[in-house]
Amino acid sequence: MTIQFNDETFRDDYSFHNSEWAIKRFPFPFHEDSYMYSVNMEQHRGGPDGSVFEKRFDVDEHYVSEMKDRALVLADDPLRCQSLPHMTLAGWDLLELIMVSKSEDYPDLFELHRDGNAWRWINKPLGIDHSFTFLDEATLPYGPMEYITRQAQGDFAVLDQRDDNLWMDAGMVTTQADWSLDFDIGMNFFEWHAPVPLAHEKGIFVRALKFLLNIQQGSPARRLNWTMTVNPLLDTSPENYHKWGIQKTTLTPENIGAKQHLRVELQTFFRLPRSNALVFPIRCYLCSFQDLMTVPKWGRRLHRVIRDLPDELATYKGFIDNRPLMLDYLSKFDDGLPTSPGIWPDLDVEPALQK
Amino acid sequence: MSGADKIAVTVTDIVPLNELVTRFEFRRTDGGLLPTFSGGAHTVVEMRDGDITRMNPYSLMSDPMDQTAYCISVRRDDEGRGGSLFMHNKVAVGDEMVISYPVNLFSLDLRAKKHLFLAGGIGITPFMAQIKQLERFNCRWELHYACRSKDLGSYADELSAHHPNETHIYYDDQKQAIDLVNLLDGQPLGTHVYVCGPKGMIDWVRNTAKAEGWPREAIHYEEFLAPKPGKPFEVKLAISNKVIQVGEQESLLEAMEREGVDAPYLCRGGACGQCETRVIDYAGNFIHRDHWLDDAEHASGEKIMPCVSRFEGKTLVLDR
Repeated sequence: MTIQFNDETFRDDYSFHNSEWAIKRFPFPFHEDSYMYSVNMEQHRGGPDGSVFEKRFDVDEHYVSEMKDRALVLADDPLRCQSLPHMTLAGWDLLELIMVSKSEDYPDLFELHRDGNAWRWINKPLGIDHSFTFLDEATLPYGPMEYITRQAQGDFAVLDQRDDNLWMDAGMVTTQADWSLDFDIGMNFFEWHAPVPLAHEKGIFVRALKFLLNIQQGSPARRLNWTMTVNPLLDTSPENYHKWGIQKTTLTPENIGAKQHLRVELQTFFRLPRSNALVFPIRCYLCSFQDLMTVPKWGRRLHRVIRDLPDELATYKGFIDNRPLMLDYLSKFDDGLPTSPGIWPDLDVEPALQK
Repeated sequence: MSGADKIAVTVTDIVPLNELVTRFEFRRTDGGLLPTFSGGAHTVVEMRDGDITRMNPYSLMSDPMDQTAYCISVRRDDEGRGGSLFMHNKVAVGDEMVISYPVNLFSLDLRAKKHLFLAGGIGITPFMAQIKQLERFNCRWELHYACRSKDLGSYADELSAHHPNETHIYYDDQKQAIDLVNLLDGQPLGTHVYVCGPKGMIDWVRNTAKAEGWPREAIHYEEFLAPKPGKPFEVKLAISNKVIQVGEQESLLEAMEREGVDAPYLCRGGACGQCETRVIDYAGNFIHRDHWLDDAEHASGEKIMPCVSRFEGKTLVLDR
């Protein structure tokens, strides 16, 4: 196998870690030294070799451990996975999309053999070899969406499209940045985005919805979003806020480099062919501040972005109280030199820290 | 890039159904499988007719699960701009053509407990695919199909033979008509209504359903307009800094494309809203033909849908 999978945890002892490979390919979300909302969509049709944008569904060293964490979350709270009755066909669409994509993009890890509706799916990293009948739920241990998203990193919101709107009618959500599928199930696009500050006034959601409604088969799109997480927690859900919220108070100048993580979501959007639904995979990448600081450009830029971010956004993203501590730490990695445009590390051209 | 992605196909079968309607079958030229689609989807067919490229949307009517071939049915329009005449007269088996990925602007509402289809004439085509999709999942549906005469009732015999209990045909020349008020009155809770046909039929169904107290969300309709010919006119495109002429037989959208201006589109039939364009200045009259903009927007002189609407007058400046 080409990928060495980590044995790590996203809870208790937090043994999660990024290899040097994973740090270099981390999807740093800031293309310039400041940040404001935008409908920053682009086509999701590959990207630089080895980047998280290259494949339709990125598989990395955290795959096996993330799937174990998902199973633990679901065992505690089955409502993290829900599918309203009319969304079953969309679930099959999603199963097909992921199986076809992964078997084509990672032939050494995944195999899909199809003879009409008789399918055989082999997932080597998770040790699965399963024959089933496509479109026959009785031949799978779970519904089609649950079955395949227990084997795919990232959260999945499956959106029904009707009445010129999108509806959160199914999903698998265990690695979320403080939102709840159980709360949002059945809501439309404007309803589930209601808590976001500033963006409504800027007309962001009206434009974003128009874009999403027009995503066509064969033309997936993507964008990055980000927030902050103390400790490498995948499950920062409202349901478990009482467990992880308190951890935000444990930051000190000594431990912030290791404990504070930049949390980046690679959000992609695919039109599902049989159901005409839209699937919205939200893939979470975590990187500690101290690992990010090994890339001089990212050190300079992260300090400037966090320093200049409007208070509303720092509040909404949940780190307003820790911002002074973050800035004390990050300022040590900002020597005032200019940064190159774009998100890439540019290690060859960007100078080392000059202080 | 504008529109959906493209697929290179070969015409593999042409079947005249009656005096007006002919069915065309496409397979991928590279021998591969076509994408699956959802019932109600259309494809935009590119027709290279000498110097003119026309792009007309047609509903996919084959089985959505069948990835080997797509079928469309084209009704000949002798008064139109020539797209359907091109398909009828110039396309032959073995020709290579370009079609778009499926786009669905007339999707089934899968929450429905029952799907009630109302078709007029060539409006039967999207229902052909939707019926195949619903049959696959044992869903409940019923079709009421009005056509001019027995001779012009495309697929009426086939539907009646395969689905005798669900299919109801009405022939105009025998003075048969859908008893809509009664039909709506007898529907179980959770029924969704879908209508595809001429504008008069769509308006009749929408208005009747509204008067009978049906929720707006339960009435679905699709009416693709073919762009109509009209007097030539001149347009200034402010962003591209071009002055272009729109000919008698082409749409404003086609004229922009001919001049290399990349204008967004999906349905090319006044329905989807994708090509909505801001008017910067004008002196003259708009001939609005879309059903995307509402009456107030049509009257405002601020927007135009270049896929189907035209202009008569001295000056028109657009934000493109």
